[in-house]
Amino acid sequence: MMVRIRLAALKDIKPQEVVQRFLFGGACSLAAYEIAQRFGPVIGGLFLAFPAIFPASASLVEKHHRENVQAAGGDGVTEGRLAAAMDAAGAAIGCIGLMGFALVMWRELPLQPAGLVLAESLLAWVVLAAGFWLYRRRRIDSEPTVLPKV
Amino acid sequence: MHDLLIRFLIGGVVVSSFSLLGEIFQPKSFAGLFGAAPSIALATLGLTIVRHGHAYAAIEAQSMLPGAIAFFFYASAVSRILRHYKTHALVTTLALMPVWFGIAFGLHTLLMRWPV
Repeated sequence: MMVRIRLAALKDIKPQEVVQRFLFGGACSLAAYEIAQRFGPVIGGLFLAFPAIFPASASLVEKHHRENVQAAGGDGVTEGRLAAAMDAAGAAIGCIGLMGFALVMWRELPLQPAGLVLAESLLAWVVLAAGFWLYRRRRIDSEPTVLPKV
Repeated sequence: MHDLLIRFLIGGVVVSSFSLLGEIFQPKSFAGLFGAAPSIALATLGLTIVRHGHAYAAIEAQSMLPGAIAFFFYASAVSRILRHYKTHALVTTLALMPVWFGIAFGLHTLLMRWPV
């Protein structure tokens, strides 16, 4: 399946969901900072890859998919949960990119200007995440699921 | 206080932006990549570099690596359980959170014993 951009999906998102994600993201950033202040950068660094927002996003994926299927006349419970499973499989692949991001930051930050290192790290995340997704997509897409096209 | 407010605002903008990006892409497995975007790291490391310097931020980035490996195993476990047992997403993701803590702090302990 080719990657598609579906801007219409933004219409399914309620304003309060965007506000929730904003508040949650802000709170997570503050928590990561406070942990680093209290316990030092070694423990603080672990929490830069803490899946803080992941439960909320997986839950929203399940909810949106279930509502779409229910609008089409189906039950949607199983489909919603399978959509969340696919989302989590993608997140696992994204973690390989996250490892690349951390590795580039760690090795390059003492040697190069910060802006350049941030750009290189972000590029490493994009290349690794998209590359591994392309490599694994046939297997992920061939997993037995009952996902409808909504 | 000013510093905390800026961290909160940047964190909120970066996390919600990646989250919205994840909504518009299909298939769902590709959209899921954004669930593991370095959003918190992008939001905090820039300010950390300005405030504490490159060396301090590099230590945080080094520690981020075991966190990311733990996230990989956690997300894989969530995906497998949701796929096979069709459990509730929020309950599953929260119930499996100890997987992240166990692997992240386990790897952290190993790295402390045998530093790279």
